[in-house]
Amino acid sequence: MYDVIIIGAGVSGAATARELSRYRASICVLEKEEDVCCGTSKANSAIVHAGYDAAIGSLKAKLNVRGNEMMGRLSEELDFPFERRGSLVLCLSEDDMPNLQELYDRGVANGVKDMRILSRDEVLRMEPNITDDVYAALYAPTAGIVCPFGLNIALAENAYVNGVEFKFDTEVKEIKKLDESYELDTSQGKFRAKYVVNAAGVYADRFHNMVSAEKIHITARRGDYCLMDKEAGTHVGRTIFALPGKLGKGVLVTPTIHGNLLVGPTAVDVEDKEAINTTAEGLALLLAKAGMNVKNIPTRLVITSFAGLRAHENGDDFIIGEVKDAKGFIDCAGIESPGIASSPAIGEMIAELLRDKMDLIEKEDFVSTRQGIKDPSTLSMEERNALIKENPAYGNIICRCEMVTEGEIIDAIKRPLGAKSLDGVKRRTRAGMGRCQSGFCAPRTMEILARECGMSMFDITKAGGKSQIVVGTNKDTI
Amino acid sequence: MERKYLTCINCPMGCALTVEMEGDEVVNVGGNTCNRGDTYARKEMTNPTRIVTSTVRVVGGKSDMVSVKTKEDIPKGKIFECIEKLKNVQIQAPIHIGDVILANVAGTGIDVVATKNIAGMNEA
Amino acid sequence: MRDYDIVIIGGGPAGLAAAVSAKQNGVDSILILERDNELGGILNQCIHNGFGLHTFKEELTGPEYADRFIQQVNQLQIEYKLNTMVTDIDSSKKVTAMNRDEGMFEIQAKAVILAMGCRERARGALNIPGYRPAGIFSAGTAQRLVNMEGYMPGREVVILGSGDIGLIMARRMTLEGAKVKVVAELMPYSGGLKRNIVQCLDDYGIPLKLSHTVIDIKGKERVEGVTLAEVDEKGSPIAGTEEFYPCDTLLLSVGLIPENELSRGMGVEMNPVTSGPKVNESLETNMDGVFACGNVLHVHDLVDYVSEEAAAAGRNAAAYVSACGAGNEEGQEIALKPVSGVRYTVPSTIHPAHMSDELTVRFRVDGVYRNCYVSAYFDDERVIYRKRQIVAPGEMEEVKLTKEQLLRYPDLKTITFMIEEA
Repeated sequence: MYDVIIIGAGVSGAATARELSRYRASICVLEKEEDVCCGTSKANSAIVHAGYDAAIGSLKAKLNVRGNEMMGRLSEELDFPFERRGSLVLCLSEDDMPNLQELYDRGVANGVKDMRILSRDEVLRMEPNITDDVYAALYAPTAGIVCPFGLNIALAENAYVNGVEFKFDTEVKEIKKLDESYELDTSQGKFRAKYVVNAAGVYADRFHNMVSAEKIHITARRGDYCLMDKEAGTHVGRTIFALPGKLGKGVLVTPTIHGNLLVGPTAVDVEDKEAINTTAEGLALLLAKAGMNVKNIPTRLVITSFAGLRAHENGDDFIIGEVKDAKGFIDCAGIESPGIASSPAIGEMIAELLRDKMDLIEKEDFVSTRQGIKDPSTLSMEERNALIKENPAYGNIICRCEMVTEGEIIDAIKRPLGAKSLDGVKRRTRAGMGRCQSGFCAPRTMEILARECGMSMFDITKAGGKSQIVVGTNKDTI
Repeated sequence: MERKYLTCINCPMGCALTVEMEGDEVVNVGGNTCNRGDTYARKEMTNPTRIVTSTVRVVGGKSDMVSVKTKEDIPKGKIFECIEKLKNVQIQAPIHIGDVILANVAGTGIDVVATKNIAGMNEA
Repeated sequence: MRDYDIVIIGGGPAGLAAAVSAKQNGVDSILILERDNELGGILNQCIHNGFGLHTFKEELTGPEYADRFIQQVNQLQIEYKLNTMVTDIDSSKKVTAMNRDEGMFEIQAKAVILAMGCRERARGALNIPGYRPAGIFSAGTAQRLVNMEGYMPGREVVILGSGDIGLIMARRMTLEGAKVKVVAELMPYSGGLKRNIVQCLDDYGIPLKLSHTVIDIKGKERVEGVTLAEVDEKGSPIAGTEEFYPCDTLLLSVGLIPENELSRGMGVEMNPVTSGPKVNESLETNMDGVFACGNVLHVHDLVDYVSEEAAAAGRNAAAYVSACGAGNEEGQEIALKPVSGVRYTVPSTIHPAHMSDELTVRFRVDGVYRNCYVSAYFDDERVIYRKRQIVAPGEMEEVKLTKEQLLRYPDLKTITFMIEEA
């Protein structure tokens, strides 16, 4: 029996695990996929919102602003990429100015610092590629961009190092409430825990509804995105939002933390909670909409498109806390935007809640820092040569688009909660995430995975399950 | 009389050729713009041949596979038989371009030869 | 820091031919930097025959063609480094490279020849909607897996794109035991050679669907099928023409892009049409002593032309090195201008003073034209016109200019290339 089981190794589950790992408790994270960061957390805008968007007094508002504040220090402690680039919300007509003002006022009420309303000229000086139709904009310098994988993986690794267990390929099927605990029936057998944290993303309603009479409903809201080559990465320097106006909610255009340009998302409610397929209409719509806010978006430089799901709860706010009629069952549900920004605060909130309920005692040996995978491109030539001398794998480039070395890939595989698949390597090192989209490096990364994990090439998958890459050998069916 | 239809492969024109056959004999070729089309059609209808290229597994080499080809054209109808004969062939490195991998493949009188040099595992 | 007269970036067909030619033209200090573990580049995975008819007057396979040049490189004792990635070239032609044994190191070159080749366009460039499961490969990745490593990427295959790589892979997959269900092509014509359509598709009864594209990919873990639809003249899918093909593999052969990240990084000016550097008659870029050849310059369909072009780059680089310090007065500059029907030309400019007796101008057309003239106007005068029964985007065109001819026009500013109706 565990003290706490967390369902879901997305960013909320991992943040909760990491914050809880400060205390003496046995904690286990159950994840249905083969790796952390495989659901909602992996496909989103990767924006650390400033916090002016959410309704005053909502949990979203409170945790967004708090999470944003925490992100800087957390990124230093856990060594993941984060930059406060700032964001602009564009107002394209004088008629919409009251809405922009309202956003500003809401931001002030939510505690967002340093916002300003900029004139057309100021905006265009700051971002020359903004549409000439811009009338004014709300500038929030505290907004940032983050590597969503880096954040999620860092939190999980740090939790693991501090004693949290992770069980992958473990899908929770049923939850039974026992007297003082819960029994979770999974694809890998039964688990019991005194407390359960339900951080199951788009599936959080399913688990909530297993233990509570007060039902919640989560809609999977799909968003399509297009990612462009690094050649387009400086097209804008900040995250550009459209003010929701006469033409509905716009799409954002943002640099990513790794120097690409990201455009998205659309918003389509889908029945199938695994429906992360992009659609032709969605991709066309979002490129058209993005063009209304930012000029000359180099759409010929799209290197990939993808879709993610937001876990939208009918009440339009995060649901975090103990379920009223299910003592010991803690919801962490409806975590949609600004979920990434809020995640550090979500983890903190749930950990404090459980600390108080369970009278948890802080560990003396909690390790608060974590070293990410070494990025040789940040080193001087001398440092780099010392590294290669010590480990020649750092002299061998595998992914030529992102210049990822064999050393980094081996580290990604060998480190705590290491990568087991091509996508796992990709999220940790960016190998395969560049302009050729793994065309050149996939066969070589597969070889490294096979060698380091003692697997056959036929066991190597794109993302676990039945996603094998190669299926046989030449002439084996002849 | 039987009519067969072919695409000429000699140039980007890709003339649609119509070949009139009397049994195994070509009576007339139509649709061609130049003489090359006529020659092609007659050969293709009476004795079509192809170079076959494939791969064979290597033992003890720097690479696990070596590319191979039929040294000359073989009858088109023998392509799959040729491939079947190569299925279980394994060849010890080192291998040099032109080394015979399989002599007289599928009774064609043509050898299958290596098209790549594969060094032995421990060679420099 | 080590010094070389000529550093060649890439040991594929272009780099090898450039090196051989530079050496034969009197430069001894040459270094080829190759990122793979052997010389030969992409030819090593092109195991089919059909290479070398122009160069060697015989039909070779890709590895055999490469070997002819590798032998020459070895005989001429040209230095090369394998498994070595060039990470940067600066504007002073200082090359930064890296490998396991030597770490990161710098080389000062007097001249640089860019010969990095190209990469395949990925799915994203087409914005093909649907899921992103395993089983979607660019044709070249599949080619490497099958031809060099002996692994089958799938059993039931749909191929999008009928360029030569797509066609060749249809046959390769079939001969290794897979079932290729269909090849779809967005355009109303195939970009591949007729010979490949006949010998890679027709021979094996593989249908080719022109004016078709993939509009959906099904399968959450591994590809389970793709939906094809017919497209209209604008390339938009036509409702009601959708057809589902169950398969476990989708191969994409949807175009090649020159790999010019290093070139851009050092400040080389690009031609947006080719995605390759703009070059003059010497295949020299806007940067002194930086030359480009092969697929990094513009995508070729025949390796023989790559070798020919690269030999010219090697010769010109050798001349540049020999003349170093000497005056390099450029004199008259003629701009080459592609219009109606002609997409681009290589080179973009000619200095008659520097050209050799004959210069081959290469270009591609933007569509299929029948019974037309390929024309070149010297300013307003039509000087060259050649009747052609057919020209197509899949086949690179060439026009030869002679020095003698150009010297007859001392005031010539522009040569305009176009396709004219007969």
